[in-house]
Amino acid sequence: MATLFGSGIKRREDPRLLTGRGTYTDDVKLPGMLYAAFVRSPFAHARVRSVETKRAKKVAGVVAVYTGQDTKDRVNPVPCAWNVPNCDLRTPPHPLLAYEKVRYVGDAVAMVVAESRAAARDGVDLVDVDYEPLDAVVNPEKATGKEAPQLHADVPGNVAFTWKVSGGDPAKTFAEAAVKVELRLLQPRLQPTALEPRAAVATWNDAMGQLTLWVTSQNPHIHRFLCSVMLKVPEHKIRVVAPDVGGGFGSKIPGYADEALVCFAAMDLKRPVKWTEDRSENYKVTIHGRDHVEYVELCGTKDGTITGLRTRVYAGLGAYASTAAPGIPTILHGLMYSGPYTIPNIEGTVYGVYTTTTPVDAYRGAGRPEATYLIERLVEVYARKIKMDPVVVRRKNLIPKDKFPYTVATGITYDSGDYQGALDKALGMLDYKAFRAEQAKARKQGRYLGVGVTTYCEICGLGPSQVAGAVGFGGGLYDSAVVRVYPTGVVRVYIGGKPHGQGEETTFAQIVADEFGIPIENIEIVAGDTEATPQGWGTYGSRTTAVGGPAVKLAADRVKEKAKKLAAHLLEASEADLEWKDGKFVVRGSPDQAKTFGDLALMANVAWNMPPGVEPGLEASAFYDPSNFVFPFGTHICTVEVDVETGRVKILRYIAVDDCGPQINPMLVEGQVHGGVVQGLGEALQEIAVYDEDGQLLTGTMMDYAVPRASQMPKIETASTVTPSPVNPLGVKGIGETGTIASVPTVVNAVCDALAPLGITHIDKPLTPATVWAAIQQAKGGAR
Amino acid sequence: MTQTITLNVNGQALKAQAEPRTLLVHMLRDELNLTGTQVGCDTSQCGACTVLLDGRAVKSCSVLAVQAEGHKITTIEGLARDGTLHPVQQAFWEKHGLQCGFCTPGFVMTTVELLRDNPDPTEDEIRHALEGNVCRCTGYQNIVAAVRSAASALRGSRRPGAAVSGG
Repeated sequence: MATLFGSGIKRREDPRLLTGRGTYTDDVKLPGMLYAAFVRSPFAHARVRSVETKRAKKVAGVVAVYTGQDTKDRVNPVPCAWNVPNCDLRTPPHPLLAYEKVRYVGDAVAMVVAESRAAARDGVDLVDVDYEPLDAVVNPEKATGKEAPQLHADVPGNVAFTWKVSGGDPAKTFAEAAVKVELRLLQPRLQPTALEPRAAVATWNDAMGQLTLWVTSQNPHIHRFLCSVMLKVPEHKIRVVAPDVGGGFGSKIPGYADEALVCFAAMDLKRPVKWTEDRSENYKVTIHGRDHVEYVELCGTKDGTITGLRTRVYAGLGAYASTAAPGIPTILHGLMYSGPYTIPNIEGTVYGVYTTTTPVDAYRGAGRPEATYLIERLVEVYARKIKMDPVVVRRKNLIPKDKFPYTVATGITYDSGDYQGALDKALGMLDYKAFRAEQAKARKQGRYLGVGVTTYCEICGLGPSQVAGAVGFGGGLYDSAVVRVYPTGVVRVYIGGKPHGQGEETTFAQIVADEFGIPIENIEIVAGDTEATPQGWGTYGSRTTAVGGPAVKLAADRVKEKAKKLAAHLLEASEADLEWKDGKFVVRGSPDQAKTFGDLALMANVAWNMPPGVEPGLEASAFYDPSNFVFPFGTHICTVEVDVETGRVKILRYIAVDDCGPQINPMLVEGQVHGGVVQGLGEALQEIAVYDEDGQLLTGTMMDYAVPRASQMPKIETASTVTPSPVNPLGVKGIGETGTIASVPTVVNAVCDALAPLGITHIDKPLTPATVWAAIQQAKGGAR
Repeated sequence: MTQTITLNVNGQALKAQAEPRTLLVHMLRDELNLTGTQVGCDTSQCGACTVLLDGRAVKSCSVLAVQAEGHKITTIEGLARDGTLHPVQQAFWEKHGLQCGFCTPGFVMTTVELLRDNPDPTEDEIRHALEGNVCRCTGYQNIVAAVRSAASALRGSRRPGAAVSGG
């Protein structure tokens, strides 16, 4: 029987989404439902002198208005759930509604609940807040300075943590190195922009003491836990449903004050309450990503062997430590400083810094794009300094294929890789030599062509729970599945993850269909409802296929083992004499003596004739905890032409060669790469969250924040190599974030390569025409 | 103060109640329970709310409900006929032109209009025509492929004697 694993079948989630029959959170409508809206601070930093709600309460349709004073003793603050150890982490409380101080534009000070969305908005306009403005600070490096305003009483210098990583002997290596290069890199703040804004609908059953919350969540079990903490409701009395979720990119991982407040209102008023943020609210309140100021150095020999890497990073956290924030610029960033290279000596210091801005948390790639960017920029500058081809330098330092598993200087162990293989494939697709010749010819004509190469690997498939505990992550990182077989031989699979576009309703069904030899139409994958699904840890960190996939496989294996026992019993044969063939257990040598999966499903569920000691029913659960992370890798290459008159960058070709091990559905893998690359191209070329000195977000709408459009983006040429991971039984690695991780330095390297004749070694992203033009002018001026 | 609006939605004549300030998208979602049309921004940038008004693609966040008085609206729910997907929907499915699906109804409606006006668009023309719709998941490549595929399917179905597909 042909297997479905490896087949690019059409997605099973699509018919509902294509016909408008999906259910996103804002589509949920309950009888008697009220609407919430929030009064949000227009100041980045201010004392709240008073909040006057009298006028708002008089608005027709307004049912209630809550202030921080009303709620502070009835709810707990938003918790930070990644308490990274050994870094003196300070996470001051983030009250659901501010009552003493506001610390960013958008910090909520009051909630209005009304009979209609419009009435709630009318009420918001009439809440009078008396603010005493304080100084703002938006740059994480400046925020550590002596003159900077202090956000939190118990966080001197606004430093939330000082985290260090080291391996080898970096001090000695740098002191003795023949070649050193250094850069100051900005990794600006980004606005995740999941197309579906966040939303919450809560209903409270007072008699049962039971709360149900529909919410835009990548991880409903984590939301159940966080709501339990904030609302003081026991976890078993909370049901969280994440229905269809319209993109996340990390922004729907954290617990948020507004979502919990919607629950609070539903509990207090004993009526369902809905809230949906609008886009400008989303840009002010939903987490941002990146925000690093980095001082980085690399050293090596004159002939291209990299010997050391050092960093000092100021990572902006925004006003409060969001749910996973401390882990992003540390565990998911600093531990990846070796990249795909054998760098024996590494030292990094990361300062997590509070600023009067929107909290920063995981955004697609989360820490690894920042690491890959600084490594790949340094390698490029180093190659130029020693006058070697950057590809040659990379090849010389890549971890050889026969050295895996390989432990890098930061202490983590990469599972498997063939980095040279991916590099060769990508170079072949471009014909690198031919492009260099074309570039040389173009330069003579006064045209600026460039090629950028990134060889990368990344850490994902988060991850072993023991490691999660050791690095302070406030949860496990296993995942789970329940495979339930119905009497008629059809199957439902309940998973702990919550896909929101990645397609596991299809890929997980492919795994199960192969396992049971049944049509894929007979399988449904169920995710997102804590009432139905086993404890899981959600969809982020490219973990659902790599951790949840094996859980599905293991649970299906267990079902099949039990089915085999039953088959042996019914066929009066020993289990050893049975073989699985074309969806049946067959007695070896007697092809007529067989039981199909359907036969066994029926007989197990009616239990008329079970083997002695075997329970009725046919279902199994599995909790799969991986022994390590997985490390996908690859090579991306981009060629560009830069118009030096206008600063405009034109991408000529974009080539992505990625290795995520065996691909369950190659069409979906390719889709993840396309989307990831374009998100990275946005970061490299046009996206940036801008605050003014007073802490006002200037990119607060989609008119100002430059999300990539179809007309701005190139065609992406994709290919893959296949190196299985030894970590899990499917051999699979994550592919959701690689595109974003690899593409940013690829483009910046290409532009800097194009402008090398002008003496330009680095331009901070995003490489908008204005930025590139200014760098060109500066370089020309400097040359005069 | 609500007003009664008479309009035709997905082939059905109906009356709906709306305040003068109600946007068409909110009337479709809240009053008529047609929740396939989405709201992704508040500045007419994202295109998730695109519907057809008398056959023209409009952003329903930029049309007041009262302006729909007497007009014909087609939403994503009205495209498939008798359980058969519209060729544009079918092409998005086959080419993996969607991931989270939130922007998809808007892209599909914009594409229906594009292909009626230009049955054989080039890649550049497609990318230009889709400028008013934002997708954060797909990187647009498979959306472009879907539009090309739909164009080809629709041209096939428009041969003399063949049935003309909706939109």
